[in-house]
Amino acid sequence: MKKIIAMLAALTLVFAFAACGDVAETTVAETTVAETTVAETTAAETTVAETTEAPVAVMSYAEYDAAELDAEVVIECYVQATQSWWDNKITVYAQDKDGAYFLYEMACSEEDAAKLVPGTKIRVNGFKGAWAGEVEVMDATFEFVEGADTYVAEAMDATALLGTDELIKHQNKYASFKGMTVEAIEFKNGEPGDDIYVTLSKDGASYSFCVERYLTGPDTEVYAAVSALKAGDVVDVTGFIYWYEGVNTHITAVAAAQ
Amino acid sequence: MKKFVLCLLLICITLCSCHGRVEHALFEIPEDFDEGKQYEITFWAKNENNEHQRAIYADAVRGFEELYPNIKVTLSSYTDYGMIRNDVLTNLATNTTPNVCITYPDHVAEYMQGENVIVQLDSLMSDPRYGLSGSELKFKSPAKDEIIPSFLDECIIDGHYYAMPYMRSTEACYVNKTYVEKLGFTLPKVLTWDFVWEVSNAALEKGGDGKYKVNGKDVLIPFVYKSTDNMMIQMIRQRGGEYSTSNGDVLLFNDTTKELLSTIYSNARTGAFSTFERSGYPANLLNAGECIFAVDSTAGATWMGAYAPLIDISEDKLVEFETAVLPVPQFDADNVQMISQGPSVCIFNKDDAGEVLASWLFVQYLLTNEVQIAYSSTEGYLPVTSAAHESEEYRDYLARAGEDNNTYYDVKIAAAKLLLANTENTFVTPVFSGSASLRDASGEMINDVTKAAYRNKNVDSAYIDNLYDKVSSLYRLDQMQGVSISEDGAGVKTGFGTLPTASVVLIISLAVAWLLIGAYFVTDMLKKQRK
Repeated sequence: MKKIIAMLAALTLVFAFAACGDVAETTVAETTVAETTVAETTAAETTVAETTEAPVAVMSYAEYDAAELDAEVVIECYVQATQSWWDNKITVYAQDKDGAYFLYEMACSEEDAAKLVPGTKIRVNGFKGAWAGEVEVMDATFEFVEGADTYVAEAMDATALLGTDELIKHQNKYASFKGMTVEAIEFKNGEPGDDIYVTLSKDGASYSFCVERYLTGPDTEVYAAVSALKAGDVVDVTGFIYWYEGVNTHITAVAAAQ
Repeated sequence: MKKFVLCLLLICITLCSCHGRVEHALFEIPEDFDEGKQYEITFWAKNENNEHQRAIYADAVRGFEELYPNIKVTLSSYTDYGMIRNDVLTNLATNTTPNVCITYPDHVAEYMQGENVIVQLDSLMSDPRYGLSGSELKFKSPAKDEIIPSFLDECIIDGHYYAMPYMRSTEACYVNKTYVEKLGFTLPKVLTWDFVWEVSNAALEKGGDGKYKVNGKDVLIPFVYKSTDNMMIQMIRQRGGEYSTSNGDVLLFNDTTKELLSTIYSNARTGAFSTFERSGYPANLLNAGECIFAVDSTAGATWMGAYAPLIDISEDKLVEFETAVLPVPQFDADNVQMISQGPSVCIFNKDDAGEVLASWLFVQYLLTNEVQIAYSSTEGYLPVTSAAHESEEYRDYLARAGEDNNTYYDVKIAAAKLLLANTENTFVTPVFSGSASLRDASGEMINDVTKAAYRNKNVDSAYIDNLYDKVSSLYRLDQMQGVSISEDGAGVKTGFGTLPTASVVLIISLAVAWLLIGAYFVTDMLKKQRK
């Protein structure tokens, strides 16, 4: 009798464990449904567009640059860096040999996000937008370009372009600024943890830079290095030429000026 | 055999305790607050990226610690309610929540996943010694009837208080009055939607140089709305449309909403309207003379206007204009309705009742005139107590509007006065588990049709029906059900709908396991008795 009861109890626990496992599977399934919904939604939106317009062909950078705001765009580009993945979205700094792109909150599964390493070529479909001066691709979806080459941009030296109208033409590119003097370091929230607002000057003019926490968070080397900077330090910085009501480069590396 | 059964028992207990719900015993007020014991409490606060606010929080902590040297308050600053919410939800599972947290009632409803996670404040509030204006407090906290009733009621969930209001704000329409008059219109005291649409479309006229006549620039978005959630919620409320029931049934997807979305779409189509999501901060556009009607929180008033003390654009982009601060546009100018918003404070339950009481003392300290007036003056916030409103210090502050462009910045004080004059005209939406998602869905629909307009998409009835399905699925609104209403109708109980089949199987399996174990012990005992 004891053996039977023990066996029944053990079997019941096995079923209980199995049920626990089933819950996890359900969660995964739900996630899949959500992802599918995003995809379906995009498909639905595309359908609306397709009723009035022909599908958009892959654009060169020049064609993308010339496209009107709110136009549908299709580009092929190479991932240079990503912000942290969240809620099936990821923001990507991308570039090709002709220009750069900011792919804002592109639909992306966590699994695919892990594959968006620097150099990876992707085909992106979205809409061109501008937010506080930053030209970006919004509401984008993407696919990997299978068998494609890779490309990681060298940082262009944009120091001489500071304060000129030329700089905005290089928006989003990976660039360096050399011999910059630190004017102020301000933590967004008054303490480390959030973005760091950095004011650097060159030849008497001040420029805004930023350590964007979703790109290079508090646990990164650059976050610590920038946190330790003092007014008067002279540095070389590297980053992506982001725009927020003016140039506001997202810093990815900093070092004492060479 | 006994060892085997014991093992089974332990496994069962382990299983029962690992269901992911943190539970606490019901908090009971200790007889005395032990001032000989050291307490360390954490306070997660939110500021508008405003150093003055951070300084006032720090001052509040310092002032409180001077009164209660045995309580150390560790302050963590956030600039975003959503980040606080995410961090709390992450820490709930590991029981590492803060002691005190700035919050919204919608978020409190989400936090109430386990039993007694959030401290119910009813008995604390009425405790004669440590409650509101209690005899043992070392500072003057407000009596319950000195907290503005409508603000206090917003903190009721399931018929009980689970938070205390800290600051209140609403939305205001910050208007470039100079441009409105340049266009030949006279600004009314209360804006109507018709007026705003009419002026906004009139402003789109361009001159022969291709620039907008009213501002002489290439860029003009006459009407920009920051929080499209609030826009939809207020429009629905003003129109008498349906949003949700107080027990969490979603009613948002109806013909009134469809009509509102169509109107918004048609005005976005002309270029008269845009959103924060598409075009950026209304303040920046307003201050650059690229927007005429900018709707944003009264808690953001210091960023608004030609002489705003806080600016986010370079000074050479600023233009001069007269700023009017008016209620958000209305459908009926004689029946003004506006949303009530702003931070509340909740307390997370802990095993040590003394620690919870220390947290409660700190929460009350945040309601003192000293903190209330100081913090509210940093923005267009309104203190939540009549004690503060009626104080000489606060009256003096309001009376000095325009004396400078900092402490007495006229736009900021006008924003506070706007809410002060309309506390009876404010409303909140029902709070339930999922109400935050419903808010998000409301705003997403406006964002969607606005972007569709600029992308030359045709938005018709079928499109909106499709949009309803899309946001309903995206925000899991189609899975919300079974939320119970509180007895007094003022608050709503969190509900999670019907249990998934897997959960039912799990619970039944566990119950059967316990029954079998019990049966074994009974059988075993009977056998022993027979021996």
